[in-house]
Amino acid sequence: MKLYFLKHLRVVVSLLFFVAIFLIFVDFRETIPNSWINATLYLQFLPSLLKFISTLALASAGFFIIILLTALFGRVYCSSICPLGTLQDIFTWIHKKVSPLKIRKRFFRFSMPHNFWRYGILILCVLSFLFGSIFLINLLDPYSNFGRFSSNFAQPVVVYANNTLVSWLEKMNYYWLFPTSLRSFYLTSFIFPVIMIVVVFWLSWKHGRLYCNTLCPVGTFLGLISRYSLFKLAINTEDCNNCNSCVYSCKATCIDRKKKEIDFSRCIACFNCIKACDEKAIYFKNDWFGRQKPVLALAGAEGDGPSVSKRGFLGMLAAGSLAIMGFRQNEGSKTPPPINTNVVPTLPTTVPVEPDYPVAPPGAGSIDHFNNYCTACTLCVKACPNHVLQPSFLQYGFKGIMQPHMDYDSGFCNYDCVICAEICPTGALLKFRDIDHKHTTQIGKAKFIKENCVVETEGTDCGACSEHCPTKAVDMVPYGDTGLFIPEIDEDICIGCGACVYPCPTRPYKAIYVDGNPQHLLVDKPEIQELDADQLPADDFPF
Amino acid sequence: MDRRKFLWKTLGTGFTLGTAKAMAHDKIAENDVLLNNSEYDLIAAMGGNPDEMFDKAIAAMGGIGKYVKRGQTVVVKPNIGWDATPERAANTNPILVKRIVQHCKDAGAKDVFVFDNTCDNWNRCYENSGIQRAVREAGGRMVSGATESYYQNVQIPNATRIKNAKVHELILNSDVFINVPVLKHHSSTRLTIAMKNLMGIVWDRQFWHQNDLNRCIAEFTRFRKPDLNVIDAYAIMMRNGPRGVSTADVVVSKSLIISPDPVAADAAAAKIFGMEPHEVGHIRIADELGVGTMDLSKLNIHRIRV
Repeated sequence: MKLYFLKHLRVVVSLLFFVAIFLIFVDFRETIPNSWINATLYLQFLPSLLKFISTLALASAGFFIIILLTALFGRVYCSSICPLGTLQDIFTWIHKKVSPLKIRKRFFRFSMPHNFWRYGILILCVLSFLFGSIFLINLLDPYSNFGRFSSNFAQPVVVYANNTLVSWLEKMNYYWLFPTSLRSFYLTSFIFPVIMIVVVFWLSWKHGRLYCNTLCPVGTFLGLISRYSLFKLAINTEDCNNCNSCVYSCKATCIDRKKKEIDFSRCIACFNCIKACDEKAIYFKNDWFGRQKPVLALAGAEGDGPSVSKRGFLGMLAAGSLAIMGFRQNEGSKTPPPINTNVVPTLPTTVPVEPDYPVAPPGAGSIDHFNNYCTACTLCVKACPNHVLQPSFLQYGFKGIMQPHMDYDSGFCNYDCVICAEICPTGALLKFRDIDHKHTTQIGKAKFIKENCVVETEGTDCGACSEHCPTKAVDMVPYGDTGLFIPEIDEDICIGCGACVYPCPTRPYKAIYVDGNPQHLLVDKPEIQELDADQLPADDFPF
Repeated sequence: MDRRKFLWKTLGTGFTLGTAKAMAHDKIAENDVLLNNSEYDLIAAMGGNPDEMFDKAIAAMGGIGKYVKRGQTVVVKPNIGWDATPERAANTNPILVKRIVQHCKDAGAKDVFVFDNTCDNWNRCYENSGIQRAVREAGGRMVSGATESYYQNVQIPNATRIKNAKVHELILNSDVFINVPVLKHHSSTRLTIAMKNLMGIVWDRQFWHQNDLNRCIAEFTRFRKPDLNVIDAYAIMMRNGPRGVSTADVVVSKSLIISPDPVAADAAAAKIFGMEPHEVGHIRIADELGVGTMDLSKLNIHRIRV
């Protein structure tokens, strides 16, 4: 049977997923509808699994389809659907292209599995998750890493290119494109993406899909299933002429030439071997009802075979253990907010802003729920039109590293916007029933620091906070007999959107801040009263 | 600005007449020929729809051709600060903006640009205010005000608090500047009208809030007075301004004011709102600075009942 088409099919499907997900993560103008985003990300394994755990809704069971696919055909998820897998293929492909012919023809060799590491990491991931820390999973999850790479490294390039194009077009008097401001830059949000892209790049450049077969918890988990899958690739020993072409083409380095066996727990179903074999000796066999004896022999025990970066892996283990230990710690950031250098403070403010809790995004329900289910893929960060969602560092404590928080120095939450909750693929943010539900969900409470307020320190009117407040929870009331107005907060109708915080002009500390609600609350909508007769405008010319 | 004033003063009425005649095909501006000698400082209209009140008021002022010459570029600056629908009256009425753009286009304007440096997300403001659609239907162009690259640093003459500001390039580069605020309650400056609307042409608003907001508003008017101020008071947000909470904050007043003097226009609008001009800090300071006058008794006012 001619199975060559399988490789081409794999390449096409993988590129489709790769490009679609990449576009979702670099789109900066809400051009891609939410429904498309949800559909495209439906099959991403870990987000879908988490969403299922958090909602128990069958509608979010894309991961189940992946398990079925894996049980039937092996790890097609890793070869075709996972965007990080395709990214690694691209790195490997480039390395192949720039290598001399001799090396290119014999690019891969069989290697033993690193069972200790792959199963150890998987167990640590599961354990740390059960103990309440998702950090290790987030660090290694392929989809979330790909998301962070795209939104941190690619989106700024795309925005910059757009802005350059716009400035040329506007010089020629075309106004159908618009420039976009880049979201705030926080060095801390780059630490992990930079480390991980170096790791992923180096491993794929040197060793094909070693990341997928050692570090990736999803790959290891699916490997447990693919080991027993219905259809498996196998080598027909009668047709095989020992040319080794399949071994040299195997990105997972899982074809054992001597035993003529394919380690199907590591095979990512890329079908390169089928294409490489001139003898057509590689075929799919029915492993459950077929006549042949199982080809898989679990090769190697822990400790043998060259370890790629033992130190690196030890580091991961250490991080994993820390993740377990660090769970349920909430240390709000004690560092003052970055100073906006555009504003020259007349009098620097003196009272530091010290919230008890960070603010989890709307739809999270509670900080705990959010910390437990968010994989820090940064999809909401890139989608937030107001740039209020930013990756956190230690705001949630160690367990929430990289997870987005509401950063009111960077923006504020648009009253009528629910994009983050609509597109969150992991169920960390759940959809609102309707817009009223969002309008009455209190994610935190605004707190006023009078000693920092312009009205108090400068003796002049300001009111920037109250201007922006969508519910008038922050209202301006007469300030003694000064003739000035000063903010007053009604916490009963405050929803914690931060519209008051963002425009507050005082530095280095703002005069108003939002203290996060550990448990998001439902509050009343502002009371609507009819206007009094003395509040009506003139009905005839008053001059 | 000097160049334009020079043009008006030297070429004066004759030129306007000629232009008006050249545009005789123009339906909107049909009254221009009769009234181009208008001596009015301020025109107030009441009782009609925003577009018909503007038609009548601008005709009484001498027609749009008095301000917009063929081939010129015009920037129209409405208030599009908030992600709110037209019924909320948080933004300038889109019907009025559309009509103004139409007038400018009919007067032969080469380009009519519309923008605001919004408070809420600009895309949503442009769309949900209805202004983007209205402007495009009238042949104008919406331009973003949301990135700093559009803004250039300028000096404010004789200022004590706001000595320089970054101003949108459209204001600096366009021949004609038409300011189209909406009259609203404002939680800190009491009212927001024409002068306050100019905060939407600068980038760094926080500075204003930090350095005596009312004085900054008044002083900034010295940088570039709009050529014409059209105040939308069709529906007025009487409380909870400037964003408003619901339509219960809004009263339909069906009023409109136009004047080249933003201080006079603000004073008249304040009176329609039910306040005395001197109660509003920036109106009082602007009057003291001599930017314009808030003493309506000194002005030649024309009132139109539609």
